[in-house]
Amino acid sequence: MLYIKCPHCGMRSQNEFSYGGDATIKRPELGKEISDQDWDNFVYNRKSLRGKHWELWQHISGCRQWIKVERDTATHEIFNTLKANEEISL
Amino acid sequence: MTQNFRLESGGLINRSKKISFKFNGKNYFGYEGDTLASALIANGVHLIGRSFKYHRPRGFFGAGVDEPYAIVQLYRNGETEPNIKATEQELFEGLEAKSVNCWPSVNFDVGAINNFLKIFLPAGFYYKTFMWPKSFWYKIYEPFIRKAAGLGTASIKHDKERYEHKYEYCDLLITGSGPSGLASAYSAAKNGAKVILAEDKSRFGGTLLTSDVNIGNQSGKEWADSIVSELKEMSNVTIKNRSQVFGYYDHNMLVMSERISDHLPKTKKYHPKQKLWYIRAKEVLISSGSIERPIVFGNNDTPGVMLSSAAKEYMKVYGVLVGKKPLVFTNNDSGYETAIEFKKNGINPIILDTRKEPRSEIIDEAKNMNINIKNSYVVVAAQGYKKVKSADIAKISDDKEKLGSIENIDCDCICVSGFWTPTIHLASQSGNKTKFKEEIDAFVPGISKQNEKTLGAANGIFTLEETLKDSFEQGNRLSKKITNNDNKVSFPNVVEKKSAVHDKFWCVPLPKGKNYKRFLDFQNDVAVSDIEIALKEGYRSIEHVKRYTTLGMATDQGKTSNLNGLQLVSKIENKVVPAVGHTTFRPPYTPVSIGAIVGREVGKHSKPTRKSPMHSWHEKNNAVFVDAGVWLRPRYYKRGDENLFEASKREAKNVRTNVGVCDVTTLGKIDIKGPDAAELLNRVYTNAWLKLPVGKARYGVMLREDGIVMDDGTTTRISENHYHMTTTTAQAANVLSHLEYYLQLVWPELNVNVVSTTEQWAGAAIAGPKSRDVLKKLFPKSDVTNEGLPFMGYIEGDLFGVKAKIFRISFSGELAYEVNVESDYGYYMWEKIIEIGEEFGIQPYGTEALSTLRIEMGHVAGSELDGRTIPYDNSLEGLLSKKKDFIGKRSLTRKAFAAEDRQKIVGVVPLDKKTSIPEGSHLVKDSNAPLPNPKLGYISASCWSVEHDNPFSLAILKDGKNMIGKKLFVMSPLKNKVIPVEIVSSHYVDPKGERVRS
Ligand SMILES: [Zn+2]
Repeated sequence: MLYIKCPHCGMRSQNEFSYGGDATIKRPELGKEISDQDWDNFVYNRKSLRGKHWELWQHISGCRQWIKVERDTATHEIFNTLKANEEISL
Repeated sequence: MTQNFRLESGGLINRSKKISFKFNGKNYFGYEGDTLASALIANGVHLIGRSFKYHRPRGFFGAGVDEPYAIVQLYRNGETEPNIKATEQELFEGLEAKSVNCWPSVNFDVGAINNFLKIFLPAGFYYKTFMWPKSFWYKIYEPFIRKAAGLGTASIKHDKERYEHKYEYCDLLITGSGPSGLASAYSAAKNGAKVILAEDKSRFGGTLLTSDVNIGNQSGKEWADSIVSELKEMSNVTIKNRSQVFGYYDHNMLVMSERISDHLPKTKKYHPKQKLWYIRAKEVLISSGSIERPIVFGNNDTPGVMLSSAAKEYMKVYGVLVGKKPLVFTNNDSGYETAIEFKKNGINPIILDTRKEPRSEIIDEAKNMNINIKNSYVVVAAQGYKKVKSADIAKISDDKEKLGSIENIDCDCICVSGFWTPTIHLASQSGNKTKFKEEIDAFVPGISKQNEKTLGAANGIFTLEETLKDSFEQGNRLSKKITNNDNKVSFPNVVEKKSAVHDKFWCVPLPKGKNYKRFLDFQNDVAVSDIEIALKEGYRSIEHVKRYTTLGMATDQGKTSNLNGLQLVSKIENKVVPAVGHTTFRPPYTPVSIGAIVGREVGKHSKPTRKSPMHSWHEKNNAVFVDAGVWLRPRYYKRGDENLFEASKREAKNVRTNVGVCDVTTLGKIDIKGPDAAELLNRVYTNAWLKLPVGKARYGVMLREDGIVMDDGTTTRISENHYHMTTTTAQAANVLSHLEYYLQLVWPELNVNVVSTTEQWAGAAIAGPKSRDVLKKLFPKSDVTNEGLPFMGYIEGDLFGVKAKIFRISFSGELAYEVNVESDYGYYMWEKIIEIGEEFGIQPYGTEALSTLRIEMGHVAGSELDGRTIPYDNSLEGLLSKKKDFIGKRSLTRKAFAAEDRQKIVGVVPLDKKTSIPEGSHLVKDSNAPLPNPKLGYISASCWSVEHDNPFSLAILKDGKNMIGKKLFVMSPLKNKVIPVEIVSSHYVDPKGERVRS
């Protein structure tokens, strides 16, 4: 079971969180024209990478905040966690 | 029975307390502090079971967790448990155990014929033989294997015992209380670190209990006892016996199973049987020691052949002799320690040492005691079927290839020592890439992956002095990092005998013309010949060899077999052992009971049960409940002999003709506040929200980004910046997360707050043509006329002193209201509604009637919004705003979603107006078409229409728009039904929606 540092609550067990996928995906602006390909990339297409991955988790049984977690998908090592409003520096 | 093999004195057992027990129906006794194994051996019992595959007689091989095959079925306090190691089970008054793998009995075993037919049971036998012919599998092979194989029988009764889970955090977790565990725990505890020390046996001390050493001015055992009692006094130390740390998981989380009551005849009141500890440790010190390795020789599985360390432990801890004419077969000095212990107890052992002329203090001591030592000698084969009677021995050449002439000598046990294998399971589970250490022919932990460090014998360090030094230091160093204290422990003087180098010999060659079985894996009956076959057949990867031959599998996890297996593969393949590599160690290290894994989450405790504030009223009024997500909801209220169908029909009919009341507390409710609340709703819902006036409700549909309908419900504007959203019961949690996602990550600029208020409000839906009459009397001070409270209107009211929210919304399609009060007043509200409604014929209705009402109205619910449908499919396209963007809108332009013949919701009526249509049935054009019959759609929900008094269903049908009036067939292969049907509008009742506005 992973041990995740919630930027608001501190170290908490994985079973307090739910997973939310790739954190680097940006939702296209509302009302803006967008090609089919770009929309598909936003909705469906995800990298399934091995290694460092910025992803979203929600501290669902805690503060209910969505947070950003940098995790190694192969080793589960967690390098960094950020609040929702903090920018990822890649 | 007398205990013929119990020593006059000695051991750590309590001889003043006799304990009676039963094995295979026979009565025996032992002493407090015995294990089942030590007590049986004391009574001269060595035949304990039959082996897994060949059904060969099985005795004891080890004295603890290392035991591969002394496995029994245990009976305790009216319960039975399989797969219990006799060497680990402590004796208690009234214990009963039986052999496993024997049918009909341990002495006469039908399956033993496998042993004489062993030519038919080589490696891969199960894969090869039982594959063909296919029809034989169920009828002949499987029943035979089931009966003849296995490690016991699981109970099918409900387990009455209690098991608990505990979550714990500590600075240092130390796994094992031998010299390295005690020393590291002690120095870490002195630095004030929070320490957990776990020992799997009942006694602390590990090898210190059996080795002849001095620490300071104390014996090893005395030193261990004094350290343990000091640790027990320290408030920062948790010290647990009977506790096995069996798994090392991510982020330094380890799991330990504590056997609290297994050693007692009966679990004490309020005590659990076992407790599972989830321990998150900052640092882990693995002090799990090592396990003696066997030397492989002919018939080395005969009862009476055992590890030399086990023989020593039976003498020193239990005061029990494993035999009176022992042969010690060794390639290192450990065997000498066992021989010396025999000699001290008046027994004359013979030592066969594979080494030519070894010299050391221990060997000198043995010589001085006049122990018969034969150098360059090996055991070629054990003789005897159910117990060792003699041994064929021979001199072996210096190159260890050739045997001299075979001699036969009498003996009643053979104690084997092939040196030591570090127990690296936990380190390996943590991700540590182990490395091969030439000097000890074994793997040791390499670079730490997590915060783990391995100490002492588990790390391949076999001298006490070095072990203690390293362990004191590591305990101090790691705790200092955490507590910043540096209280050095003075290092005691250690007296131990020096050992000579061991011989790398591990397998005795077969003499000419003999074909003895030489076992590697005793639990899974894997012999040298099986590995040879596997390699001959082309298996190369050690992981494949393992699966093909079953080497190192099952509960044993290769504890005694792993390295000898690797030695063999490396020899045949002409590779070095590290090039062969070892198989992956997997948790659990030892078996864990299912009860401990499940813990308290049994039956009704497996998930919370949510009850509405009106629950006890429903109970009193004969409600039959149904699980709705985590809620318990009344399905119907039973009157007299009514069944579900009759009761729900009556309840639904009463709503259509008079008035009914339904508990809708379970609906998800989300309170939304803030100046940008309307903007949020406008983006989340598909329809327009910016112009909704205060005091008005609106129905809305929300989509996922992929265009699929996520949920629907009504949201009401309570005041300028305050909205009350309702969701379906099932989606309440998801919708809240969905809103939080957009507010926190996508549109943080929106000034809105959302919070779940599902449990803050109790809700009652009052529905039916007479519902306004009820409402008038319920809220005499409020204007609830069609003008004062029109359809989709909202007012606040005073329910006899209780503040209430009144929404004029309808799920049933009738004139209807939903009244919400704070949960604490829910029961009061409900009673008032029933009391006032009586004169209008009010009846409570459950979820079944609720479904009937919504289905015949064509209102969609969870079975249509099933994660596969878009708004069009549910005839909700009228709610899609063309003027604004919203979540998921762009996806609706996808080609498939805009197809002309896209699926759509329709109504379905059987032509005979009698036959009920099973939910989930398929719609087809031609019921006789060849298979696969093209499927046009599926039935999503079915009811008995109370309005038309015939069956009615909703379906999602391909090209549904153009199918109205067509005749199709409903097919249910599951129920074996074919029903001719007509497709009609999904709005089967009041298609213009006049009633809700009346
Ligand atoms: Zn948090």
